[in-house]
Amino acid sequence: MDITRRETLALAAGAALLTVLPFRASASIDDLINEFTGGAEIGEGGLELTAPEIAENGNTVPIEVSAPGATAIEVYAAGNPTPPVATFNFGPLAARQSASTRIRLSGTQDVIAVAKMADGSFVRATKEVKVTIGGCGG
Amino acid sequence: MISRRDFLQVSMAASALVGASGFGNWSRLAAQQRLTQDQLLEFDSFGNVTLIHMCDLHAQLKPIWFREPEINLGVGENKGLVPHITGADFRRLYGIEDGSPSHYALTYNDFSALAHSYGKMGGLDRVSTVVKAIRAERPGALLLDAGDTWHGSYGCYHTQGQDVVNAMNLLEPDAMTFHWEFTLGSERLRELVNGLPFAALGQNIFDAEWDEPTEEFPPYTFFERGGAKIAVIGQAFPYMPIANPGWMFPEYSFGIRDQRMQEMVDEVRAKGADVVVCLSHNGFDVDRKMAGVVNGIDVILSGHTHDALPEPVIVNDTVIVASGSNGKFISRVDLDVQNGQMLGFRHKLIPIFSDVIEADPEMAAQIDADRAPYEDKLTEVIGQSEDLLYRRGNFNGTWDDLICQALLSERDAEIAMSPGVRWGPSILPGADITREDIWNVTSMTYPKAYRTEMTGEYIKVVMEDVADNLFNPDPYYQQGGDMVRVGGMGYRIDVSKPQGERISNLTLLATGEAIDPERSYVVAGWASVNEGTEGPDIWDVVEAHIAKQGTVSTPPNTSVEVVGA
Repeated sequence: MDITRRETLALAAGAALLTVLPFRASASIDDLINEFTGGAEIGEGGLELTAPEIAENGNTVPIEVSAPGATAIEVYAAGNPTPPVATFNFGPLAARQSASTRIRLSGTQDVIAVAKMADGSFVRATKEVKVTIGGCGG
Repeated sequence: MISRRDFLQVSMAASALVGASGFGNWSRLAAQQRLTQDQLLEFDSFGNVTLIHMCDLHAQLKPIWFREPEINLGVGENKGLVPHITGADFRRLYGIEDGSPSHYALTYNDFSALAHSYGKMGGLDRVSTVVKAIRAERPGALLLDAGDTWHGSYGCYHTQGQDVVNAMNLLEPDAMTFHWEFTLGSERLRELVNGLPFAALGQNIFDAEWDEPTEEFPPYTFFERGGAKIAVIGQAFPYMPIANPGWMFPEYSFGIRDQRMQEMVDEVRAKGADVVVCLSHNGFDVDRKMAGVVNGIDVILSGHTHDALPEPVIVNDTVIVASGSNGKFISRVDLDVQNGQMLGFRHKLIPIFSDVIEADPEMAAQIDADRAPYEDKLTEVIGQSEDLLYRRGNFNGTWDDLICQALLSERDAEIAMSPGVRWGPSILPGADITREDIWNVTSMTYPKAYRTEMTGEYIKVVMEDVADNLFNPDPYYQQGGDMVRVGGMGYRIDVSKPQGERISNLTLLATGEAIDPERSYVVAGWASVNEGTEGPDIWDVVEAHIAKQGTVSTPPNTSVEVVGA
């Protein structure tokens, strides 16, 4: 690699400054979720969100959502400049209501998934994903 | 404080398992100078399956001094629980007599004085004697290595792990998992793994591109012993590309992946496993949490955080065993397994007192043969130490104080940073420091001692980031090292606060002035995970510093104020 140490340090610094304050779900996130749910009450359970606790690379974080019986699942990165990151729609012939993709996270934040179930109800799952500059494991 | 007996009964009642730990019987005998190899090995065989656990050898093939930590704080639900109990509190908890061999082996107090009475610990030739004795009594006893084995010495570095592999293969392990081994680089690692006559496991070692399990590291393997089918599932260190340089093994992805761990447990049970053993490099607090989340693991053999526990901890009917580091201990765990169930266990943490346990001549010859080409380099005396040099502890140790001094003077820096790794043996006061000793605390494949500028604001970000790796209240977000060691700068840390609020009162020690967030400071450090880091090798920096000083001293370090513990 011909990237210099100074550049890599600078890159690390850029990524790190965003980690100082973890982003939490804000009012605008709630608005975005309300757009999807039409303001309906959101329950828990029945939706599994799989994501790493600590991202190996914040630029490409593997996530998976699974909600048997769902017709649609929305995924939000609460701390990104543009929080909605994915919408998965499942037709009546879908064998499994699950999907996986990779998302980019600008810093440590909550990833939120909301599933619309066949009966019109909604459930939600949240997972904090940490984006770190790296430490020194024993 | 509850007594040890109460503690044992409480944990047994809670677990509904019949268990026992053979610890402590020998301590009084030893105090009377009658400690013998037979007593260290004494074990009332139990059940039909025997496991032997070793972990975190860090390439220490010869006996060493190793002082255990004084400060090892637990946070969140782990506050005040083992392994976060040290010193006299630890001895009271386990009924260890002051001044006894186990005091010396397991706690930090009076280390230098007791070291003269009880001698060095470890040495793979002594470990070999113990393993052979156990297998003579219980043929087919499974030897399981939880990793951090092929890293951490001059010989290991110069042979790219070969000297340790040669010695370990003589022990005939049955399975292994990994951490620092990956810092050999993925190509060399695969070369070594492909030649292993035993299983290289990791249910959480994935292909980074496809996020799918790798073929090189299967998730589990089976053994048939004593009429029982034993499944061993491997769990590698979850945060390798974050805590270590990911560019050295870019094909691989890790993570805790406890959902897949549950799937693997269910899968091996469906295939007829009578007992499920997890060979883990998670670290103790992560294993304790995982044991509560994943159902159906009977035994976790836990490595990474270098804790030596005289008794297992039981969570959700899972027995968690921790066996120390640097070859100081191995654990023997006997299990009674009948009809798909573990009915009970018996456990002993066996301390490897090198003056008491005989060296196995075959192993000693193997170690010396691989060592011979380097003997002159290894034994060259570079200087002397006035004080005890040790590393372990959450915030600082005299070895890293010395390394930071070396960085400040040799690299002409205002602030020095040394990584909070937990490996590296100790040096007794008044002893020579050889080149081997320096390499034992610095050897790694990314050793460049960088010199750079950082703003005060960025220094704070770095400190907060590392502190969260250690003190995040959720163990799944911890990486298992200690706090970055700092030279030339003092600070205050409140371990009970969230990230961004733990570190305060950053002070430049040279002037006594507060660190200015806007100003740039010259910082020297080593073990950067960034590719292309430039500078001299850290062992050369430390050697030059010690050679110039002749005799080094490490005055008490009062620059870190810890609150909230």
